[in-house]
Amino acid sequence: MLLTLALPCRCVFQLFYSFFKSLVGKDVVVELKNDLRLGYLNIKLTDISVTDPEKYPHMLSVKNCFIRGSVVRYVQLPADEVDTQLLQDAARKEAMQQKQ
Amino acid sequence: MHNDQPTTNTVEEPLDLIRLSLDERIYVKMRNDRELRGRLHAYDQHLNMILGDVEETVTTVEIDEETYEELYKSTKRNIPMLFVRGDGVVLVAPPLRVG
Repeated sequence: MLLTLALPCRCVFQLFYSFFKSLVGKDVVVELKNDLRLGYLNIKLTDISVTDPEKYPHMLSVKNCFIRGSVVRYVQLPADEVDTQLLQDAARKEAMQQKQ
Repeated sequence: MHNDQPTTNTVEEPLDLIRLSLDERIYVKMRNDRELRGRLHAYDQHLNMILGDVEETVTTVEIDEETYEELYKSTKRNIPMLFVRGDGVVLVAPPLRVG
């Protein structure tokens, strides 16, 4: 059902790169723009399983995959792994830096 | 754009309005007839966002073949914590109050 986020690749957006690095080894659900849900930022996933195998049988044999960042719609995250206060402060700082 | 001023709390550009919404509930309209309502935890200049306590609404239209009547359906689901990629975002606003 959930997949392990192995490693986000190159980043230009400092905030979300650091954020995703903190997720390495945790389980996430990635939803792609073609509605396929697997378990800018490219994502390498290991040990994947598809949440709805009947609709997407071609993924049954895939264990590890690399996903181009531009095709991701959402990444569902475990809520307890996320420090919201830290995120908000970082977002404020990032917004300030962007203006300068 | 060079700006020598130190960090400021005034609203100068549209992204500043979003900054004011951090830790508030917001409404996000997305491509493909999707809408999100959730608490904004983080965003960047590409409008990548992290939302908590999210309700996603997907709206579909079915057309009756004989009468050509349009039937609007919406599907909702709740997601506790969500990263949203910015290229799908169309609009960001405070939550709509109905009625």
